[in-house]
Amino acid sequence: MALRIWASSTANALKISAKSTSVSPAFSLSRCFSSVLEGLKYGKSHEWVKHDGPVALIGITDHAQDHLGEVVFVELPEPGKSVAQGESFGAVESVKATSDVNSPISGEVVEVNTKLSETPGLINTSPYEDGWMIKVKPSNAAELETLLNPKDYTKFCEEEDAAH
Amino acid sequence: MRLPLMNLFKLNRMPILRQLHLEEMLMRTSSENWCIINDGTINPTIVMGISGKPQELLETESVLRDEIPVIRRMSGGGTVIVDQDTIFVTFICNKDTIPGLKPDPQRIIQWTGHLYETVFNGIGNFSVCENDYLLGERKFGGNALSITSKRWLQHTSFLWDYKKSNMSYLKLPQKAPNYRQGRSHLDFICRMKDYISRSGFIDETIRAAGSHFQLTPLHQKDGFLNQQYEHLRSRLLTIDELEEAAVYTPAVATRV
Repeated sequence: MALRIWASSTANALKISAKSTSVSPAFSLSRCFSSVLEGLKYGKSHEWVKHDGPVALIGITDHAQDHLGEVVFVELPEPGKSVAQGESFGAVESVKATSDVNSPISGEVVEVNTKLSETPGLINTSPYEDGWMIKVKPSNAAELETLLNPKDYTKFCEEEDAAH
Repeated sequence: MRLPLMNLFKLNRMPILRQLHLEEMLMRTSSENWCIINDGTINPTIVMGISGKPQELLETESVLRDEIPVIRRMSGGGTVIVDQDTIFVTFICNKDTIPGLKPDPQRIIQWTGHLYETVFNGIGNFSVCENDYLLGERKFGGNALSITSKRWLQHTSFLWDYKKSNMSYLKLPQKAPNYRQGRSHLDFICRMKDYISRSGFIDETIRAAGSHFQLTPLHQKDGFLNQQYEHLRSRLLTIDELEEAAVYTPAVATRV
């Protein structure tokens, strides 16, 4: 909670909008002021995955939504479709652009977040909670080990931002 | 420093749906950089962005009556109506092609803005405002993007000229940039031909691209045009889809 207050006051001082989620899981703060949650794994194209029993929850990170801007449309696959690690499963539209969203793991889509068709902005306001995109039944548990942990993802974001 | 390589593909009156399919194929299957310039398309065609809803954006009864084709393209952004007086310019690049360019939408549009600024070279007071290209206070082209993990595509339809009657197929969009200030379509856009010659614009665009890339001209007969790509997103809307949209169109339309 102390970290969240610090982030919020710092963000206010710098006139950056602070993001908040409805539940307060532990999180770490990247220097770019996007939140990175503990307990998740991350892909290098800025998707997160939460493995919860037989199903994995997937969405895009706070860093990603912040760089995209206001999300106005989300294209999701149909349940039953197969997804492959690193391959596109859908797209989001923001600022005249469609951006591919890639799956961090392979498997079968078992559910999609239908709320995003009416309220695509949930991806901006709640990227790790209400803005989840798909639920996948993983086909290869070993793929999770190839993803980044929160600390490595934070470093990856900082290096990527510094390169431009 | 050696400039990055880019293929330059000049087309003449390629149908816009075919052009969009070509772009998608090159975006998804090629690892090379491309500049595509299509000097006009054949017939008046409406092109919406990926999330475009005809009942919100079009005078669907008029569109159906006059049999105007409607395409939903794979990129984002708004709705345009294009014809033989539209000049199309597309850039397809690998994400690390342009040094220092972060491949997010606004930075890409700003980069293209610098390129087109040199094309106009002070003529017409060119600027980029809220991600649109303006001459003075009027928009003269619609641009949109598609971004993958490794590449980006930015394409523009420039209004060399336009028919007033064609604009009547488009409604005033619910979401519009602030600088539009509620202006009707005809008060919001301008004709490029009032500022620069058609061949001059194309030649200067190629010259400007050549200052950033080492251009390799390709020709329409080259074999890659025959390549197939299955997962094309850009498509023609069916008559059923347009008729369904017409049912939901409000009785009192907001004309542009």
